[in-house]
Amino acid sequence: MNSLLKLNQVEAYINQYHILHNISFDVREGEVNVLLGRNGAGKTTTLRTIMGLNSVSKGTITYEGENIANEKPHIIANKGIGLVPEDQGIFADLTVGENMSVAMKQENAESTKRLEWVLELFPDLKKFWRKPGGQLSGGQKQMLAIARAYVNENELLLIDEPSKGLAPVVVEKVTESIQQMKDQTTILLVEQNFLMASQIGDRFFIIDNGETVHHGEMEALKTDKAMMKTYLGIS
Amino acid sequence: MDLLFVLLINGLATGMLIFLLAAGLTLIFGLMDVLNFAHGGLFIWGAYSGVWMYHVTNSFTVGIAAAIVTGLVIGLVTEKVIIRPVYGNHIQQILITLGFMLVLQELIKVVFGPSQKAVAPPAFLEGSFMVGDIVLIKYRLFIILIGLVVFFVFAYIFKQTRIGLIVRAGVMNKEMVQSLGINIKLVFMVVFMVGAALAALSGILHAPYSGVIYAEMGLEFSILAFIVVIIGGMGSFKGSLVAALLVGCMQAFMAYYVPSLSLATNMLLMVIVLVFRPQGLFPVKG
Repeated sequence: MNSLLKLNQVEAYINQYHILHNISFDVREGEVNVLLGRNGAGKTTTLRTIMGLNSVSKGTITYEGENIANEKPHIIANKGIGLVPEDQGIFADLTVGENMSVAMKQENAESTKRLEWVLELFPDLKKFWRKPGGQLSGGQKQMLAIARAYVNENELLLIDEPSKGLAPVVVEKVTESIQQMKDQTTILLVEQNFLMASQIGDRFFIIDNGETVHHGEMEALKTDKAMMKTYLGIS
Repeated sequence: MDLLFVLLINGLATGMLIFLLAAGLTLIFGLMDVLNFAHGGLFIWGAYSGVWMYHVTNSFTVGIAAAIVTGLVIGLVTEKVIIRPVYGNHIQQILITLGFMLVLQELIKVVFGPSQKAVAPPAFLEGSFMVGDIVLIKYRLFIILIGLVVFFVFAYIFKQTRIGLIVRAGVMNKEMVQSLGINIKLVFMVVFMVGAALAALSGILHAPYSGVIYAEMGLEFSILAFIVVIIGGMGSFKGSLVAALLVGCMQAFMAYYVPSLSLATNMLLMVIVLVFRPQGLFPVKG
């Protein structure tokens, strides 16, 4: 399978703090790749660095064969990478419809089709189309954030902790939606909820203290109790 | 009753001028997080360049167009040369924009001369008319009309067009806007230029209203604009209109009834808002 995204010995700082020490992994086309690790390991920073929101001090980030390290975020986004940030990044004063309008780079038959598909997947968004984003529930905000990233023809979605702070029933819905998207786009997921991650992930990368320390098939990790305890604190 | 109505019209006209100045300021702060103390300099350059063109061509419309073009050009240069190197640093922004404000002010004296200039309204806006017993001054109504047109045009742009939505979204979350593939720096530049053009428009409209223009008036007026931005809520266009009309009317009434407290009342209003509603009357949600 082809590598869509490849990080090679990436290092990054936030202000004077050295957060990413050595991040290397590749994301294969058509798969859900999961970044795992404890709080503060550097998972969110990795996604932000891929997106150009943090600068790379060393190493390369190759997307479709082109080095995108330290490119501007809007250029990276226009190459076909979508971000669903940890805080969802909803424009609180804009309605659901307006949030979608800002996200849609162009309105054509393809984007209309994708919009219809995503509204079918998340009927709440259609129901609350004229409601300000800030007034949605946590789950609805997450759905809006995912829909906004999906509505364009992005080949890669970076999704940061989609289950965070959501009720179990909503987590199920979000999990189901990511599973359905999997057929149409490649996903790099950061997730603390191992149950969710193991349900949808094909491969995993464990980040510890700013370094990728392990990777492999998700099926193998499910049975490796020692690794889960050491790096994820799951016993 | 008639007097109250006349004072109200005066207040609304002053308020609209402050609104035009404050609207650009609030957008620049809300979207770009830039404290632009040079905004008053764009106001005076709008006034002087517009009046110069008005006198040369004898057309007030051409004068207004010249002021707007001057605002756009100075806005472009200011954003690229003065503001861009100090994004994200408020202390540097205050120092450099305040310094640039003084440069713009002194350049007015170099280019147009140090003395005050008298400006009369164009013939078609001179004089007044009566509605019942109330005297309505044409030029003041003209300012109110222009202010309302600007407000509704921008309200339409912000609500109905994608570029307007992008600006509003950028005020709330710049990183997310960039992550959606939008060149936020280009948006910053356009917003800065439009804000500067609004300040320049305010300047040229102010000239026949006060009857005289002078280089120092930019600083005086920009203090009122800052008060309005704080009262209305940083980044809120609607807040700027409401606050500007409030400040304009308070100033008009206080100047008539208790002239010595005129400016102090606006400061007091700002203090009250800061104490009870520090985010302003119409805060922008992040």
